[in-house]
Amino acid sequence: MTIEQWLKAAIADAEKRGLPELKPLLEGLAAATTALRRANFGGHANDH
Amino acid sequence: MTIEEFGCALREGRTTSASTTDACLKRIAHGNAALNAFILVLADEAREQAAAADRELASGHDRGPLHGVPVSIKDLFDISGTPTTAGSRVREGHIARSDALLITRLRHAGAVIVGKTNLHEFAFGTTNEDSAFGPARHPRDHQRSPGGSSGGSAISVATGMALATLGTDTGGSIRIPAAACGIVGLKPTLGELPSTGSVPLSRTMDHVGPLTQTVTDAWHVFHALRGDSGATALTAPPLTTLRFGVPRAYFCDVLDADVRRAFDASVDMLVRAGASVVDVSIDHASLIASVYTHIGFGDAAAYHAHTLDTMPERYTTPVRIRLEMARYVLAEDYVRALEGRDVLRSEVDGALSGVDALLLPTLPMPAPLIGAATVRIDDIEQPVRNMMLRLTQLFNVTGHPAISLPCGVSGNNLPIGLQVVGGRFQTDVLLGVARAVEGQLG
Repeated sequence: MTIEQWLKAAIADAEKRGLPELKPLLEGLAAATTALRRANFGGHANDH
Repeated sequence: MTIEEFGCALREGRTTSASTTDACLKRIAHGNAALNAFILVLADEAREQAAAADRELASGHDRGPLHGVPVSIKDLFDISGTPTTAGSRVREGHIARSDALLITRLRHAGAVIVGKTNLHEFAFGTTNEDSAFGPARHPRDHQRSPGGSSGGSAISVATGMALATLGTDTGGSIRIPAAACGIVGLKPTLGELPSTGSVPLSRTMDHVGPLTQTVTDAWHVFHALRGDSGATALTAPPLTTLRFGVPRAYFCDVLDADVRRAFDASVDMLVRAGASVVDVSIDHASLIASVYTHIGFGDAAAYHAHTLDTMPERYTTPVRIRLEMARYVLAEDYVRALEGRDVLRSEVDGALSGVDALLLPTLPMPAPLIGAATVRIDDIEQPVRNMMLRLTQLFNVTGHPAISLPCGVSGNNLPIGLQVVGGRFQTDVLLGVARAVEGQLG
């Protein structure tokens, strides 16, 4: 799941659960996750 | 009065545990309405314990440095027969059936428990303003936060309501309020002290430790918590033999002007006293917050999922919303964060190689105003929560021991903290180095 797909689904789910105030927090989390994934600490399956 | 001073006076017959405990209880009775440091005061029990400690000493049984010492306990730890609220209505009706292991050890060391202190709800915050029992307030300015999450604990020591306190630290919750309130706060190495019988926030990063007035007092409480109270004495190496690393990049990038002045002055003072100081770096420092967030939030979400679903109205709104957000952390990103933790741990180990300790500020700014979402640093508005965690959370991720010492005050007389960080499982060595630093900074 890309971060864009995750963020869209998370915001939609939060709204469905009556928690629209989560949107800015989820956007902040998405930024943190983006940085974490870019660092690629654990490597990818096709790394050589 | 410090634990050391109390111990001398006690053994020379100039004071008793009963009178010192009574003085602490009077300060609580006088000051707690304004400061909101205590959730539960155990006055009768404390007086009984103090009287018993005095009788024991008179009969020749001396339990060591904590004998008869009045202490407070962050209300995350079980004390048999009392509620463990964690600062939350979620735990309404709870009564602990037994003491947490560290409470047992404190009792064995002779400590007298005066009460349980206020905290940020479930320790999930740095300001102590979100608590079911209302915000704790800074002793020097009641409009400001004492820091958190162990805010009530820090207040209790800073104001003489207790001579020491037991706190927890998952992102800085011992060191942050210690720095904000002008006392000493020790986070030992990860896993060094057991958290059995306490309410967790992140079982991956939770640490337990003391807040005290001095490094020597922290030593005494730390050893009592380890179960070897009084077994060894603290020795400080000469400053001329010490070499410090300062991680300037990232850690000194965003600092309030008063904090920067106090930190630079402290480092200069140590150099003038003969210590060596070199710059060191943490290459992935910019990823600390991302790693911390994914681990800490993932852990907190797992613990709180059931009560978020069944009794969400019992949480304070800000804590509930952040916990709900935490539930969206994906397993794959949690694992990435654990991998990042290993990298950061190696980098801190590397920064410590060739030096005795790292030096950095504890907080980038003095205590913030209660209710403030942002704080202005270098003419830029910064989020309070991010700023308060910025310089401490790395060592929760990596597990290195760290201690905060007072190192000055701001222009408006608010305390500033200096953080000293040591090698993993070398907390005793760190305390010796910190004592040497404290001796120079005064």
